Amino acid sequence: MTAPAQLDRPIADDQTTPDRPWVALVWNDPVNLMSYVTHVLMELFGYPREKAEAMMLDVHHKGRAVVSSGTREQMEHDVSRLHAKGLWATVQQD
Amino acid sequence: MRFVTKRTGIEARLDRFEVSVLSSMVSDLLVLLGADDSDPDADPLAALVGLGSGPVTKPPDPALARLLPDAYRDDESAAADFRRYTETDLRAGKRAQATVVLASLAPYAEGGRILLDRESANAWLGCLNDLRLVLGTRLEVTQETELDAAPDDPRAQALAVYGWLGGVQEMLIARLTPLA
Repeated sequence: MTAPAQLDRPIADDQTTPDRPWVALVWNDPVNLMSYVTHVLMELFGYPREKAEAMMLDVHHKGRAVVSSGTREQMEHDVSRLHAKGLWATVQQD
Repeated sequence: MRFVTKRTGIEARLDRFEVSVLSSMVSDLLVLLGADDSDPDADPLAALVGLGSGPVTKPPDPALARLLPDAYRDDESAAADFRRYTETDLRAGKRAQATVVLASLAPYAEGGRILLDRESANAWLGCLNDLRLVLGTRLEVTQETELDAAPDDPRAQALAVYGWLGGVQEMLIARLTPLA
């Protein structure tokens, strides 16, 4: 019978950095109508009007807003749906 | 042009001139997006096994680039990868939308009342937005651009069409957006 091998390494060394979440950003552009951006956010993400409008206003006033967050794959999916609707969207790690 | 909510959908009411302007703009959009799916460089085997075989660089035409933007801002290689896997579908989706609009306009060359179900109305909305993105990019529209330009401004007519499209899109959004 053998004893379990002693692990000398500190446990922390085995851990990878916790995943930083990824986000989908929508950027301000001079063409898209405010009502259209709100409409798209409500339709794609099921956000209530108030939340979608707040995000749209952030895009308008601050130049961009995070509209969803999650895994990289999910964010790429969201960004491709936003592009299909004509919004200027990008993926990045938060 | 205006939209009226009906029990079975949304009715678009257009006159002859509006049908003609809209049809010709949507046809131009289809040309811009590429007439069909055939890409001479596409690798059918790569597509079959799910490997991306689409383009990797942003189109040089700024209007087309606005329709097909980069998905990563500061990471060229991630942007190229994303484009390789998604641009072909994005183009196809936009073409499909434009095709729905052309098909619904086709029987109404003289103008009329076109009944759109929700799916078609959504295609109209997306296509109107694509038209405005293309025209807005070509006109280098900014937040401050005055849409009623002086008559001697060479952009006056295009700006008027751009403004008209915005008004039409706004009306359709009002019909489509749920109240809550």
